[in-house]
Amino acid sequence: MTDKINIEIDGRVCEAAPGEMIIAVADREGISIPRFCYHKKLSIAANCRMCLVEAEQGGRPFPKPVPACATPVGEGLKVWTRSPKAIEAQRATMEFLLINHPLDCPICDQGGECELQDVAMGYGGDVSRFSERKRVVLDEDLGPLIATDMTRCIHCTRCVRFCAEIAGVRELGATGRGEDMRIGTYIAHAVTHELAGNVIDLCPVGALTSKPYRFTARPWELTGRDSIAPHDGLGSNLRLHVRRGQVMRVHPNDNEAVNETWISDRDRFSYAGLNGADRLTVPMIKREGEWQQVEWTDALTHVAERLKAADSADTGWLLAPNATLEELYLAARIARGLGCDNIDHRLRQQDFRADAADPLFPWLGLPVAELPRQRAILLIGSHIRQEQPLLAHRIRQAALDGAEVLCVNPLELELNHRSTQIVSTPARMVADLAAIAKALDARGSGVMADLIGASAPTDAHTAVAQTLQQADGQGVVLLGALAEAHPDYSLLKALAGVIAEAAGVRFGYLPAAANSVGAHLAGAHPAILPGAHPAETTRLAIGAMFDKPLTSLVLWGLEPDRDVIDAARAMAACERAKFVVACSAFDAPSLRTAADVLLPIGAFAETSGTFVNAGGIWQSFQGAVAPPGEARPGWKVLRVLGNLLDLSGFEYRDSAEVREELAALCAEATPDNTPRTNQAVTGPTLIAETGLTRVGAVPCYALDPLVRRAPALARMPGAEFSVRLHPDQAAELGLADGDCVRITQGTAQAEAHLFIDTRIAVGTALIPAAVSGSEGLGAMIGAITLERLSGRTAYCERG
Amino acid sequence: MSFRNAPQAVAHDVNKADLFTPEIRTAIDAHIAKYPPEWKQSAVMPALSILQDAHGGWLTTDLMNDLAAYLDMPAVSVYEVATFYGMYDLEPQGRHKVCICNSISCMLNGSEVLIEHVEHKYGVKVGETTADGRFTLKEVECLGACRDAPAVMLNKVYHEKLTPEALDTLIDGLE
Repeated sequence: MTDKINIEIDGRVCEAAPGEMIIAVADREGISIPRFCYHKKLSIAANCRMCLVEAEQGGRPFPKPVPACATPVGEGLKVWTRSPKAIEAQRATMEFLLINHPLDCPICDQGGECELQDVAMGYGGDVSRFSERKRVVLDEDLGPLIATDMTRCIHCTRCVRFCAEIAGVRELGATGRGEDMRIGTYIAHAVTHELAGNVIDLCPVGALTSKPYRFTARPWELTGRDSIAPHDGLGSNLRLHVRRGQVMRVHPNDNEAVNETWISDRDRFSYAGLNGADRLTVPMIKREGEWQQVEWTDALTHVAERLKAADSADTGWLLAPNATLEELYLAARIARGLGCDNIDHRLRQQDFRADAADPLFPWLGLPVAELPRQRAILLIGSHIRQEQPLLAHRIRQAALDGAEVLCVNPLELELNHRSTQIVSTPARMVADLAAIAKALDARGSGVMADLIGASAPTDAHTAVAQTLQQADGQGVVLLGALAEAHPDYSLLKALAGVIAEAAGVRFGYLPAAANSVGAHLAGAHPAILPGAHPAETTRLAIGAMFDKPLTSLVLWGLEPDRDVIDAARAMAACERAKFVVACSAFDAPSLRTAADVLLPIGAFAETSGTFVNAGGIWQSFQGAVAPPGEARPGWKVLRVLGNLLDLSGFEYRDSAEVREELAALCAEATPDNTPRTNQAVTGPTLIAETGLTRVGAVPCYALDPLVRRAPALARMPGAEFSVRLHPDQAAELGLADGDCVRITQGTAQAEAHLFIDTRIAVGTALIPAAVSGSEGLGAMIGAITLERLSGRTAYCERG
Repeated sequence: MSFRNAPQAVAHDVNKADLFTPEIRTAIDAHIAKYPPEWKQSAVMPALSILQDAHGGWLTTDLMNDLAAYLDMPAVSVYEVATFYGMYDLEPQGRHKVCICNSISCMLNGSEVLIEHVEHKYGVKVGETTADGRFTLKEVECLGACRDAPAVMLNKVYHEKLTPEALDTLIDGLE
């Protein structure tokens, strides 16, 4: 039955769908009903009883007040939310809820924005009749992000339901009964899920609050500013809470098409990096090995002179993929205005053989909100929960709805839903995809045809192929960050495209950073001009920039030893270059080593701009706070630099003008993942078939310079530099858990502790990138050797 | 509590054949068979009783974890059940359990006198075990024997219309 019915709430006729709950209809109509346990995205518990209302159906009154959150509407339903009977019930519930709630609002972080406080003002009595002792509950330690005051808990169980239903980890529970009931983990352990911070927003009282924000501000001192998350490709809508020019905390804004009502912990807690001690606050020039603070005019004049004097063919621009659209566009305009096409944002990619064929406007392949409706999802080379926490949640929704989630990865993922995972070495991943393609009767061309022809699909491959076919077009093949870092990315891409085509499903990319999609539109790409127009000649992608000793380099918003696929080569390239200018929000040691000029630019929240998310949605935001010291928003720095270089058309008054200019160029651009040419992938597979291969996944909290500087996130597990090996692999190499090992990757070396982990494919070693300790190493995916360090080395003593 | 996607099966990394004894597994399996396969967590209550009886009348965290693994359910769900119901004990118990009902009918008919009597005579408070480990005194919620209040459950047997003397005789009969 899909017909609408009419019900009456407080005398107002409201349209409702049969089976909807009264509270949902009332919320839509703007009729307020008090509640604690009800949440539109969670299952219905009906345990707080705050939403009791008086109702009658078909002229027959319900014998007692009913909970609006758990009473489905029906024809002829009449509801009174403010009748004497309803108010009496609500007052009585309120009195019970307050019996054990401490009167500590003045010292409670939730004070001023507390649902219990608000509802008590509206529905509670002014004097308590309860003269007995209130209960006290011991606090839980839920880790570095969530502070607890469990005495304040009113047992709405929103947090329990969130963890079970949304996060998919049933760690919290309600143990005990009656007065002894408490919410907790029972056996003390931290809640480490990457979305766990949402329980802070869900908690209607001050039982669960933000640990980093705790006791630093009061809600009435804060001003809200809308913004967009600068980390993963989703672009979650944020509400920044600002006090006296400082971002104090971050909350989600609702947007069903993007982040629903959630944000990841990375988006929630990374703001702390803005307030760190190592912000770059003044322009600096290195003169005879000494860093000197200079005026902006001097610094920019110096940069303009050097860039003008440099040979444009020997200049390279490396731009962070989470820079704003405006910054990327202006940088691309300046670079090309100087005659330089060596510009790239794909910092964590090493295979650029497909540049001429790559789509001009690659994207997720479907709107984000359609992900949960897919019947089959094939993830290739993606540590999805670490890379895209909220897209992982959408995929989980699909899985709970019966979709098949298939993975081809170099490590087994800990997914909190049903999945089929093919785990193999990076070299075997190519063969796995070829086998799946063969099972789908796909042919391909060039090298790909040979690979497909030579492969012998196993049952696992055939099963994946069949599942994709059975999705009936409601499926998608997605390439993740580990695929992007693969030495044979062009092959993986081509094979994935062939598989999607043969199975009749869609094909998409999981954009690694907030503006990876936008960077294509802005022309921050050696083969693409602004507006996603193809360049006539393809210039140097970042790999080639490192190979060819460039004389001048511009680094934008990145640390060469962390944010680039091959840290060792990036640092070497910077060292070889005669002139390196780094525009950065942070004063990183690697920049001090690598650069000759440091220009302080505003970080996230300190500049206005636009991000284009995985679904191709343009989301603009204003700056919320001023950049510290002399730092300036990046687009302004580029505007002045454009003027100093005598380039025309750099007279923008605000970033909106920049965006409009680019938007006009992008009028024709539509997201499309089809390769531009049918040109066959050439060249052999580059990855070594034998030996040990490093898989350098970027941990969730090491993605970019800002998130690495958030102290609370740094305390989360999983970001430490280590080597993880399958037990069989360790046995073959004669290594044991806890050993100290030396990693050799080409000429680069590093030392780390070894851990045994059955999730890792034999033939690979999980050695994270972008974390402290990984700086000296080479490509994120590449051949390595391990040797045990005997005796006492400096590393082992420290470790 | 109802979960929209319930019940969530959680695969634990253990071999189920290593859990418990074959007899216990058979007994639990008999209860699992009563429910649809995807609802086998419903066997958690009888399974907890079986485990408790086989373990001197109380449950350890390890036992609960093992049961969670055996029923493919989250450990915290087992803790929730075990901490909610009065018939599960999470601390070492005496050889017998003297469970005195103290809900309304029994209370009106003298169960508080019974409790006071046992407390004084045997030197135990509610929830405590006698020094010789003979029995644990428990105050429990309604046993559903209101017609013949006050009621006491000795281990698993109901005894009704009790006076302190009658209860003494019963307790004396315990080894």
